Amino acid sequence: MGDPALLEPPPPGAIQVDTTSARSTARRETVRLLMRRPEFLIGMGILLFWVTCAIFGERLAPHDPQLPNPLFSHAPPGSDNWSYVLGTDRFGRDVLSRVIVGARDVLIVAPIAALLGVTLGTLLGLVMGYYRGLLDDVLSRVVEAFLSLPVTLVALLTLVMLGSSTKTVVLVVGVLFAPIVARTVRAAVLSERELDYVQAAKLRGENGPMIMTREILPNITGPIIVELTVRVGYAIFTISTLSFLGVGIQPPSPDWGLQISEEYSMIINGYWWTVFFPSIAIASVVIATNLVADALQSVLQR
Amino acid sequence: MSAMPREEQHAALEVEGLDVSYIVRGVPRAVLRGVSFTVAPGEAYGLVGESGCGKSTTAFAALRYLPRNGRITGGRAVIDGTDVTHLSAGQLQRLRATRVSMVYQDPGAALNPTLRIGTQVEEAFTVLGQSNARDKAIAALDRVRIADPRRVMERYPHQLSGGMQQRVVIAMALACDPQLLVLDEPTTGLDATVEAEVLDLVQSLRVDTGAAILLIAHNLGVIRRMCDRVGVMYAGKVVEEGPAVEVFDNPKHPYTVGLLRCLPRRGARREIRRLQTIPGFLPQIGEDLPACVFVDRCQLATEVCRTDPPPLVAVGDSRYSRCHHTDRIDEIPEPAVDPQELQVTRQEKAPVLSLRNVSKTFKQSGQPVFALADVDLDLRAGETLGLVGESGSGKTTLAKTVLGIHAPDEGGAVVLDGTELGGVVTQRSSEAKRAIQIVFQNPDSALNRSHSVRYIITRALKKLAGITGHEAERRLDSLGEQVRLTPRHFDMKPAQLSGGLKQRVSIARAFAGEPRIVVCDEPTSALDVSVQAAILNLLADLQRDEGSSYIFISHDLNVVRYLSDRIAVLYLGRVMELGPAETVFNGPHHPYTEALLSAVPSVEGQPSTRIRLAGEIPSASAPPAGCVFHTRCPRFMEGVCEVEVPPLVEVEPGHMMACHIPIDELRVLQARPQEMDAGAT
Repeated sequence: MGDPALLEPPPPGAIQVDTTSARSTARRETVRLLMRRPEFLIGMGILLFWVTCAIFGERLAPHDPQLPNPLFSHAPPGSDNWSYVLGTDRFGRDVLSRVIVGARDVLIVAPIAALLGVTLGTLLGLVMGYYRGLLDDVLSRVVEAFLSLPVTLVALLTLVMLGSSTKTVVLVVGVLFAPIVARTVRAAVLSERELDYVQAAKLRGENGPMIMTREILPNITGPIIVELTVRVGYAIFTISTLSFLGVGIQPPSPDWGLQISEEYSMIINGYWWTVFFPSIAIASVVIATNLVADALQSVLQR
Repeated sequence: MSAMPREEQHAALEVEGLDVSYIVRGVPRAVLRGVSFTVAPGEAYGLVGESGCGKSTTAFAALRYLPRNGRITGGRAVIDGTDVTHLSAGQLQRLRATRVSMVYQDPGAALNPTLRIGTQVEEAFTVLGQSNARDKAIAALDRVRIADPRRVMERYPHQLSGGMQQRVVIAMALACDPQLLVLDEPTTGLDATVEAEVLDLVQSLRVDTGAAILLIAHNLGVIRRMCDRVGVMYAGKVVEEGPAVEVFDNPKHPYTVGLLRCLPRRGARREIRRLQTIPGFLPQIGEDLPACVFVDRCQLATEVCRTDPPPLVAVGDSRYSRCHHTDRIDEIPEPAVDPQELQVTRQEKAPVLSLRNVSKTFKQSGQPVFALADVDLDLRAGETLGLVGESGSGKTTLAKTVLGIHAPDEGGAVVLDGTELGGVVTQRSSEAKRAIQIVFQNPDSALNRSHSVRYIITRALKKLAGITGHEAERRLDSLGEQVRLTPRHFDMKPAQLSGGLKQRVSIARAFAGEPRIVVCDEPTSALDVSVQAAILNLLADLQRDEGSSYIFISHDLNVVRYLSDRIAVLYLGRVMELGPAETVFNGPHHPYTEALLSAVPSVEGQPSTRIRLAGEIPSASAPPAGCVFHTRCPRFMEGVCEVEVPPLVEVEPGHMMACHIPIDELRVLQARPQEMDAGAT
């Protein structure tokens, strides 16, 4: 011993805390940075609103969303002394209540589908990016072929062939999203695998799966989280479209896409509110997830 | 206040009591604390110090180029009579356009990759409102000794080498004929041979233009070579100032003394003495500082150092030191030479590792690149083999072949203890993996940033030595102790560790499986000198205790000399010279080795020989015929060198060389450096 220059300090800017809480400090720092971004706050606000609607649906809704009222068929917004704030549909069901409760199905199904897509895509991307070579070349071409197909059309065809159920919707949307995610993850893996720690792992005899999952994966969580958020937005959009086309979420759910599909043929008669408010709901959720994704991207991928 | 010996009419740059803070999360943190110095017209002034001491901040502040969160909170910087701290944006722009220029460390980043060189250099003149920009650009490139400027102007930056890029940047910086040229680590990313050329160029331009130079460098040798006067910075203060030669030969501040003693000087060897390190560490930005900023690391510190800020003491003609104890500088103890440490277990002659006829050819867009050609090398047990050569000479390729990161070409073999190893690591036995490990150059890249130190080391213990559980914890503790990490570091992530600590983790990982051979690929080039000294001491200690052999790659020849028993000099993937370290350094050397040695700027001054290599290392895809070095060789013999490949033969016992010139003739030639100087130019 006797070598004095031992306890060098952490570099300036490093977090100097009790080491056990270092990870939580880093997380707190991320949250703090996110909280300073208005797009994150706005996006989160909108999302929280819809999540509350999804959870407490019936209790928040002024009317039973399924209960028809023949006296008020196609009543415009504000009818019945503002009892029907957003009007009613052709059966006299309250549009506001249906929009509130309609958040539920899509907000459960879409994140699951997105999660499935991101999981599959991450595995695919890790394999492509890590092994490179012929495997990567072949898979990359397949991915590109997939990317050239219109997701909604392929999903529609598949669901028509397989028959529609919530499970198949999740599966089909998830699988269709996987190649898109795989491309992002592959790019992240490509830059990581060039770093010396990957070489060090190889030199101590780690196998491929271990290097991919234990060494590389923890370092690319940033882009994956961003991708997940973006995919949730797209999944909501896709599933609503599929519901509109009749192969997504099935009646009698007051799902937004379904509501639009049931009523859109009537808008020509001036009944705009039955379509307009569910559309606004879909748009707001998709925009909100994109705002959150933007904020996450700029904070996580500094 | 006046730190200057005499008041110039208009100093090129006068910095007075400059205070700079960076605002971090709304809190100002002091970076510079009353920096004062003056650069006289035409003078070359150097700022030295370890990273984080405020060298670059000083330069940026003097030109008001601070990052957005930087604030000048006190003092002033006067450039040629103009106080820049109170200039409007427009005036500032005019000042920067016409009177000062700056050259940054990375010339690649200073040039626009999408514009031709010609366009960029011409622009430097057109912004000054000058006509005939093209002719002037050609003249400017000519001035920085770029041969065939018209052709270079048609190129894009990426088509030029680093040295050429830096010349272009210098040419642009000189366009406005500045009174002051600020050079911020201008040669740090360059090879020693290229560095020598660029420094030569700057020196001659300085004579031509009469511009004053503010040179920032962490390399003390560069400062000594280039500068008239030098300021040594520590924790945002200039702690010593004076003529460069005197400061380096006879330092009067404890920090300067420490800095100089950290360096492996000419001839220092690990068996003779350990390197001195500076105890403690640089205070962090914004930390409250004691009265004397250096007190916590100073070996002379007394009570008064904690209570009274040290005065600026004149310690000779125009020399100042900010220390209470300038009279006691000689009392700073030299590192003790422990006779026990001198015993080095070596001289077992059996080679642990042999490279037999190893070649490595890469394919680059269909073209073969011959990175290694017929290398035969032995590594003996417990010895250090130093690999030196410019970048592109095949050092790293050789190391990677040894490690099995890529396989040698057909016909070559890596032999460990008499057994031929598989080409790539996946074909090797776990015993072989365990036997050969590496310490990488860049600890940031070498350590997985999402793992804790504990995981990094215990995982290596498990995979290499098969140790798990409690036994692994015990080994972790003892390994940690060997590399001087304390248990509180074990749960940290690499991002929480300093560069030196990271490198210690990297070393611990390499030694987890008690390796026979450790490849050290520039392990200290990313570190400050005081940290470098500690790491080199550590490597020497570990070798003594563990008996491992090292393959040590470094561009710093003094470092290689300090640690190596034998040295192999590589050029274009071929061994040009191989022999005991002292023989290779003392000569007679291969002409290439001679050139490498004379390119090293030394803190001691007086380089023994001054031969310069012209141009850059040729492309490995089309190596020159005959001796591959003949195109740049200062001792080129026409009719022989470009025709016949010189064999690597033993010219003295244990000393191999690939040169057509007989060793006795080399001995005579190299004994008369002055004559050669004339011949080389």
